Amino acid sequence: MNINNFQNIINSLIPGLPTWLVFITSAILISFIVINAVVITGALTVWLERRLLARIQSRLGPNRWGPFGLFTPVADLIKMIGKEDTVPATADKKIFNLAPIVLLVPVLLVFAVIPMSNNSFLGQLNIGILFIVGVTGFNTLAVFMAAWSSRNKYALFGAMRGVAMLLSYEVPMALSIISIVLTTNFLLNIDGSNLSALSLVGIVQAQKIPFFILQPLGALIFVTAASAEMSRAPFDMIESESELGAGYHTEYSGIKFAIFQLTEFLAPVATAAIISVMFAGGIKGLSFIPGSVILVVKIFVIVLIFIWIRATWPRLRVDQIMNFAWKFLLPLSVINIFSQAIILQIFYSSDSIITINELWTIAFINWILAGISIFLLAKLFGHKGRDKNIPIPSKLANMEFTSE
Amino acid sequence: MFGFGLIKGLLITFKNLILPSRLFTVHQYPDRKVGPIELARYHQDWQNTSFIQFVINNPIKTIKSLIGLISIQDRYPQHSRFRGQEFGWYENRCTGCASCAKYCPLGIIKIETSRSGVDLDEGQKYKVDVFDIDMGRCMFCGLCVEACPYDALFMGSGFEESKYFRQELNIDINNLKNNDTKPSNWFRPQLESKNYDPRRNGALEWDQVGRHQKPTDTDQANKWSKR
Ligand code: SF4
Ligand code: SF4
Repeated sequence: MNINNFQNIINSLIPGLPTWLVFITSAILISFIVINAVVITGALTVWLERRLLARIQSRLGPNRWGPFGLFTPVADLIKMIGKEDTVPATADKKIFNLAPIVLLVPVLLVFAVIPMSNNSFLGQLNIGILFIVGVTGFNTLAVFMAAWSSRNKYALFGAMRGVAMLLSYEVPMALSIISIVLTTNFLLNIDGSNLSALSLVGIVQAQKIPFFILQPLGALIFVTAASAEMSRAPFDMIESESELGAGYHTEYSGIKFAIFQLTEFLAPVATAAIISVMFAGGIKGLSFIPGSVILVVKIFVIVLIFIWIRATWPRLRVDQIMNFAWKFLLPLSVINIFSQAIILQIFYSSDSIITINELWTIAFINWILAGISIFLLAKLFGHKGRDKNIPIPSKLANMEFTSE
Repeated sequence: MFGFGLIKGLLITFKNLILPSRLFTVHQYPDRKVGPIELARYHQDWQNTSFIQFVINNPIKTIKSLIGLISIQDRYPQHSRFRGQEFGWYENRCTGCASCAKYCPLGIIKIETSRSGVDLDEGQKYKVDVFDIDMGRCMFCGLCVEACPYDALFMGSGFEESKYFRQELNIDINNLKNNDTKPSNWFRPQLESKNYDPRRNGALEWDQVGRHQKPTDTDQANKWSKR
């Protein structure tokens, strides 16, 4: 199902329409279908997340409305729409109203390039991965718009540290994508395929073995950076409930708050879609199951893992988050890029072809390399190696001071 | 080792996710949703069927409970000495002495009596005209029950008696007379020694709840003749 099929259908139903009209109609139709499907998925994710978190924490979760509380999102939505939509008197109203939309639209746009079959919904974009990086960068802007325009100090605190975090995690994310593109380019060139290495379809084509096996380091960096990008636990710095009220959407209520909530729960789905395409082989898998089903299953599993992580790990401190990004993930991703380039070149230059067996060898080398580099970096930058900063109490405090 | 604690935490939450024997910190109230196994167990209490028999006999109920649509009424045990609402009061035992009203720390019991013309010889027995208890302020301390010398007043065992209007929380004498009296065992050892349970057993009559046996005529005669 993609836009070309729709154009063909419309052309055969009503022949003789001008081309631009056919294009616009089919584009609107397919966007309508995709957006509705994605939003319903988001609502179901809300339910799933609440149920699973409750189960892990020995609670019950929503269980009253419908079987297993499945209709709870509907009730939530009705409540949200029914609420008064308040705008602070000192708020910058235009930006205040625009912010939820700016946050929601990029998440929906991501689904335009996810290849659900051999083609994505809106046709084949040959710079798909650049599109995703560019579009997801918008959430930094939206968060800051929401916080700045609402004139609330807690919102601004949240947005300030959030923007710092988002910007720093964008770097390792982009670098880990580079190593993926590099590998894809090698493998596609060997196949003699004419697909672009930057397109998601090309990346899926190139995955003879899934990239998370081939490049464990890249997968690790990407998953970490992506979960920071969508600001989920353990990186939910933007809206740390225990410290900042609700963070950047403190002042929002009613339907705008509903949009923020929806985006927050759609983000794991979108990220899981990107990860499953880039690292888990996308539509590839068992040949007797249709590709879209395989992709949906993969997305579901990755969302489950995100929920599991959220239920387990506590939130990091601000300085820990920044240290982790710049001292740990950045060197790791640089190591990743260079090691990939060198290893692939070595294997390629011997007989100018990389067979499946050679790929498994590369994967094995990469796993060992990942272990060693993580261990070394942790030794180098971990808190154990550093001198402890013992505070010296003032003489006025009249305390007995003994050094450890 | 580095990073080992993270994995250990993940394993703990995963264990909690998949093990069926998790400890719930929440009870569902007043009814709870059940799966097929629990439903069968609930039915076994009064049907004596095995799980498989239950599934064969009620397939629709099983499917409904599988998708979480069946809820059962299932009360958690409550002690028979629980002090709750619906005070129990026996007109036949009450003399209108108003000890309860005097003992109540909040002064929420209101008693008005008049001459009844009964038992004039043994001293007047009063007729109780008004017996109001303002439940809205009662703190269920039970002092009124302790104070009653004739075992006429008892605590009740209800606890879900919220009302729409404050007025409805006033218990007046008609209420006390007409309600089935299921007294709580609070401060009434004579009921406890009989293993009475207000939530399981039925209502009690006024001559079943006393602390002493009713004095016989000879006892009475002895008592008065000695005097
Ligand atoms: S239980 Fe306590 S507060 Fe309530 S009526 Fe009796 S004496 Fe008063
Ligand atoms: S209930 Fe008991 S204490 Fe209260 S007036 Fe009657 S006999 Fe006296």
